[in-house]
Amino acid sequence: MDWKPVALSAEPRDQSWYEASARARLAGLLDVDTFQEFIGPEQRQMSPHLPLFALPRAFDDGMIVGRGRLDGRDVLAAAQEGRFMGGAFGEIHGAKLVGLLRAALAVKPAAVLILFDTGGVRLQEANAGETAIAEIMRAITQVRAAGIPVIGLIGGRAGCYGGGGLIAGTCAHLVISEGGRLSVSGPEVIETNKGAEEFDSRDRALVWRTMGGKHRRLLGAADAFVADTIGAFREAALAAIPEAPSFDLATLEAEQARLEARLERFGDTRDATEIWGRLGVNDPAAVPSLTTEGFDALLDSLPEGSHHAR
Amino acid sequence: MMDWRQERTARDARLARARPHADGKVVPAARVVDLLEAILQPGDRVCLEGDNQKQADCLARGLSGCDPARVHDLHMVQSGIVLPEHLDIFEQGIARRLDYSYSGPQGGRIAKMLYGGQIELGAVHTYLELFARYFIDLTPNVALIAGVSADRDGNLYTGPNTEDTPTVVEATAFKNGVVVAQVNEIVDRVPRVDIPGDRVDFVVEADTPFYVEPLFTRDPGAVTETQILMAMMAIKGIYAEYGIRRLNHGIGFGTAAIELLLPTYAERLGLKGQIATHWALNPHPSLIPAIESGWVKQIHCFGSEVGMDKYIRARPDVFFTGSDGSLRSNRAFCQTAGLYACDLFIGSTLQIDLQGHSSTVTTNRVAGFGGAPNMGSDPHGRRHPSDTWMKAGQEAGGTGDPALRRGRKLVVQLVETFGDKLVPAFVERLDALELARKLNLELAPVMVYADDVTHIVTEEGIANLLLCRTLDEREQAIRGVAGYTDVGRGRDHAEVERLRARGIIRRPEDLGIEPLDADRSLLAARSIKDLVQWSGGLYEPPAKFRNW
Amino acid sequence: MEKLSFRHTTRTALPGTRASAITGVVASGNLEVLLERNLAPDACHVEIDTAIKGYAEVWAAVVADFVARRQPGGLTITINDGGARPDTVSLRLAQGARLMELP
Repeated sequence: MDWKPVALSAEPRDQSWYEASARARLAGLLDVDTFQEFIGPEQRQMSPHLPLFALPRAFDDGMIVGRGRLDGRDVLAAAQEGRFMGGAFGEIHGAKLVGLLRAALAVKPAAVLILFDTGGVRLQEANAGETAIAEIMRAITQVRAAGIPVIGLIGGRAGCYGGGGLIAGTCAHLVISEGGRLSVSGPEVIETNKGAEEFDSRDRALVWRTMGGKHRRLLGAADAFVADTIGAFREAALAAIPEAPSFDLATLEAEQARLEARLERFGDTRDATEIWGRLGVNDPAAVPSLTTEGFDALLDSLPEGSHHAR
Repeated sequence: MMDWRQERTARDARLARARPHADGKVVPAARVVDLLEAILQPGDRVCLEGDNQKQADCLARGLSGCDPARVHDLHMVQSGIVLPEHLDIFEQGIARRLDYSYSGPQGGRIAKMLYGGQIELGAVHTYLELFARYFIDLTPNVALIAGVSADRDGNLYTGPNTEDTPTVVEATAFKNGVVVAQVNEIVDRVPRVDIPGDRVDFVVEADTPFYVEPLFTRDPGAVTETQILMAMMAIKGIYAEYGIRRLNHGIGFGTAAIELLLPTYAERLGLKGQIATHWALNPHPSLIPAIESGWVKQIHCFGSEVGMDKYIRARPDVFFTGSDGSLRSNRAFCQTAGLYACDLFIGSTLQIDLQGHSSTVTTNRVAGFGGAPNMGSDPHGRRHPSDTWMKAGQEAGGTGDPALRRGRKLVVQLVETFGDKLVPAFVERLDALELARKLNLELAPVMVYADDVTHIVTEEGIANLLLCRTLDEREQAIRGVAGYTDVGRGRDHAEVERLRARGIIRRPEDLGIEPLDADRSLLAARSIKDLVQWSGGLYEPPAKFRNW
Repeated sequence: MEKLSFRHTTRTALPGTRASAITGVVASGNLEVLLERNLAPDACHVEIDTAIKGYAEVWAAVVADFVARRQPGGLTITINDGGARPDTVSLRLAQGARLMELP
């Protein structure tokens, strides 16, 4: 087993993505000092709904949008602050992302980067939140149809759940770390509806086997697996831009076929380890404890290539 | 004519009554109740092994299954009240009187039962104090203990969680008592003999392995900037200042932060080899980076910790291990080590008053004492000097010939001025006083007394109580680090500045520490996964700390 | 929710030319601090929106100490608070002041 020493670096790009605030992720992801925020906190576009519930508001409603450079290339970027209301979509939060995506059609950046960290829609603003999810998904299809890749980055505490999971499904390319999780229904919701025997939400190993970064990468629900550093996400985002598929009927038909084949091949399995075994992994039970290097080596050894679809 | 063999005769009778239920020493789990009803007599003193971690849970269930008409009015003497059965037996009338040390997990229920008069309380002790009384006036008639494995001669392997067992058995077996052990399995040959078979009367192969709670694992992901700042102050302002080589850390996030700062912040201060080399400590996973970085010469443990076995086996130069390779812990010896062979105790508390008395008691929870008052006290019986002990003694001052004064052990309280839900840690009057009144106790349950505590570290600075010469100076020194609590805001500002000029209060900037530098990037490990990586994969965290 | 407002006069302005900075996150036990350089050089206004009522005196003391120490003249400081402890508040204010001093 390859146990590298723990890196003790103070460099911003060596810091943990998982632990970083949305602003710190953006600052480290993009070229130094290139981020210009739209509708910044000093404009105080805050939630009109939260005061009704005696809940504190955030100046940016937990969504930071703007423009910057990625290795010199012009990009638009949006980052969710997962620690504010669980990163959940509210009216302003969602509207800012919709606006950014619509602006992409005029700005024509090299890519739009979405830094997901969300539990889904904010219950207190459910209607506005759901509407925003739908508008965002539609806007993404329009951005992609205009030839601009939309790249999702998943690795925060809240994961990428609910409406966020749906939005991620419309992205051209997803980058995920081990700590990241991607799904629609969350573990507690599954347990509440189907019982603990079906899914014990307190079994963290089960949650990550089912929804976590390694499984999503192995299953093909995410395209790139990275270490938990801001630098690793930056490199993967850069590498993703030329890889993004064209958004046309051929791509969608290939996606449909891939998903049908996937369901056919794995639909009867009861646990992710069975899927990994069928993918050709020799020791499925050992996958969760592999280091990043070990997991990368495993990916290299598997017969499945990368595919463009999720 | 005196009968000098009454206890011996009684022991023989107990064994004879038990014989039909045993095959030699071995008793099946299904016959536990029969066994206990045979050997126990009403009014017996019984030690039911409720250690800090390990629980003789099969025997506890068995005791709770006894017929109260046959087994009643027992006097329980045990370290820990941890399992529900430990209190059920009082409701059932099986037990009546209790002497113990620690009741954290059952704090709420035991408080209710004490108020309600369902338990006749002897006293709440520290661990070492209770062990001491096992040999004087609380000697058990029957000990119900837990081990990992046994052979058919009763030789026991107690393994990493040896904890209190040798002490309990020593007192019971050598004073005509009966010892019953539950084990996970009966084997032909135990990996090592922790308890010789001639001290063990019966062995029960339990239905499930004995339960151990992970108590000493702290997720580095939860360490806050405030805790890091306080750790920096402790390292620079106390460990470096007094040259602390031999020490004991209480468990908590505050001490975890110190442990995680040794390979980084303390390394940069050039302190490796000069501080934190010899430890009385449970196997804290958060110390792994410091061990791996070469800071630690050796550690003696009170007990073990879930997930640390493989790592400990691979580090026999550091930990106490047996010929079989696994950890050998011993609470009695480690408590003694912490008392006499360490120059510093540091831990957290819930409440401190204006004199410096501290307590973890709240009015509806009785957690007991555990080991902290023992660790956090200055032992007057100490004679050997160390630089730290002498320096602290000099700071404490005194009158008369210096050659007739003692040194002082450092007892440091790490206190965040506000706790959960903005409850202030600094108070004018301890909740412990209210508890004493409600329970009719002569003494309020104080964890560390004012005359033992030497330093208080808060996010506002360090108060050196050794240097205070009057009660008023002491009160202002405490107020001077009590932050924005009512106690802190009630300070005499002019007096606090004078104390600061004398070095009695030191703020971060007085120590050359910039609070804005207290950043999580200083931690040698920022997650449980990092600790696993530091250990080269040897550390196996319990399930609730893993996502794999 | 409780709204608090403090007006202070400082001896000097906070060094630096940055127009605004933000630090912290609104979450349980945490707070967000927005600093804007938009007042006369000897004025400092602090506006607080907090989820926990009843701590006006503590806020006043924390803010007064921060103003005395850092002399943040010229700044409007607006806070959204999720129930942070006073030491966390002091830390965020200090972090904010440092950001505003950056070139």
